[in-house]
Amino acid sequence: MSQVRVLVGTRKGAFIFTSDGKRENWEISGPFFAGWEMYHLKGSPADPNRIYASQTSSWFGQVVQRSDDGGKTWEAPGGGLTTTPEGFPKPASNRFVYDTSEGTGKPLTTHQFYDGKPHPWEFKRVWHLEPSLTDPDTVYAGVEDAAIFKSADGGTSWHEMAGLRGHGTGSQWQPGAGGMCLHSIILDPSDPKRMWIAISAAGAFRTDDGGVSWKPINKGLYSQYIPNPTAEIGHCVHHIAMSPSRPGVLFMQKHWDVMRSDDAGEQWHEVSGNLPTDFGFVIDVNSNDPETIYVVPIKSDSEHFVPDGKLRVYRSRAGGNEWEPLSKGLPQSNCYVNVLRDAMSVDKMDPCGVYFGTSGGQVYASNDNGDSWTAIVHDLPGVLSVEVQTLP
Amino acid sequence: MIRVVLPYHLRNLAKVSNEVVLEVAEPVTLRSVLDALEARYPVLQGTIRDHISQQRRPFLRFFACEEDLSHESPDAPLPDAVVSGKEPLLVIGAIAGG
Repeated sequence: MSQVRVLVGTRKGAFIFTSDGKRENWEISGPFFAGWEMYHLKGSPADPNRIYASQTSSWFGQVVQRSDDGGKTWEAPGGGLTTTPEGFPKPASNRFVYDTSEGTGKPLTTHQFYDGKPHPWEFKRVWHLEPSLTDPDTVYAGVEDAAIFKSADGGTSWHEMAGLRGHGTGSQWQPGAGGMCLHSIILDPSDPKRMWIAISAAGAFRTDDGGVSWKPINKGLYSQYIPNPTAEIGHCVHHIAMSPSRPGVLFMQKHWDVMRSDDAGEQWHEVSGNLPTDFGFVIDVNSNDPETIYVVPIKSDSEHFVPDGKLRVYRSRAGGNEWEPLSKGLPQSNCYVNVLRDAMSVDKMDPCGVYFGTSGGQVYASNDNGDSWTAIVHDLPGVLSVEVQTLP
Repeated sequence: MIRVVLPYHLRNLAKVSNEVVLEVAEPVTLRSVLDALEARYPVLQGTIRDHISQQRRPFLRFFACEEDLSHESPDAPLPDAVVSGKEPLLVIGAIAGG
């Protein structure tokens, strides 16, 4: 019978939950890297025992960790000898340096700060790690200040794909409230040269040539809080999601508005429909039905907790516009948690399992497409990310 | 022998439980001690000082012999008591919040 492994990043460490295909009883391990902010953990689709993790701290900076045994043991790749057998300096796995080299790089220049003034690019942390669909040693990192890096040696060394930051609009990018982060990376299973990324608060971008060149894909977005609400860039995209079974159909939770694109991001249209509020962070797609999508509406602009003290996932079975609240098993009074942008995921079982973590440290799971929910844990540190692996 | 005391999280990262003892050629400076520390424990590269600028990370401080060395030149000689191994060099995470 298949197994499910849930990788949870929190503000004070990482945790791993495992269960059989019934997804009723869970074994919990952790905390790993106790006391560190674990922004994201994700397993390689090509080798599920290879897991990458972003470990970060305001004091000590960024570390990338890697496991080759499904999360039982970890190492910082590149943390061994300082020189190669040839005597050359060995790169450190936490060395994220913007590429300004002649030929492949772009001038560092500036982006805009909150007040609109030019601000130098400064690496702060890795928000998201996206392993290759085919090669366990290849992994992409979305970082703050926004850029995408690639490692082709299992996370030992990292190189910026500078075409994104330098494609032309970078000097106009501005941070969102959480920082100027590149938080979403989606790889196209039907085209290895195509990928999508999203930046808060710049918008969504796509490459069709393996990351050499990029273009903004924000047509149809409307953001009333920026000077030109339909600008090419400047939109606070919170998360984007895509079903691997239907490449090119994208769903987006923007600061306000839930959006959909049927043409790989060339044009977006709003599908917020009857949601109680179209603000939120997470969005994900059912693994068996690409028209079934999930969001967690959040009260904003200031509160950033669920409306009316009730934690409700909203599901659309029509690809948007028509939404139903899912509340069975979720707290329906005195609940004031948030669900952050990378803190929802789905498994590949049938019926589809849906998982999300909250700022209050609960991780909820549904083994029936979202019809009902149970808390795997109640009292973790605030949850930053949730990813799920479906194992043979 | 130079003794270095790391903060809790860096001890965990380097997988050491106590203070670190390093061989450092004279002149013994902050820079030479950190170079030796990072050579022994590469995972600490970038966690105490920036990879490129080699500047101290903002929330870290250096102390020895009850003196704050955080703002000293990285090439200034460390106190004799540190060089002789009588006193350790302390790498301390600045306390923020309550």
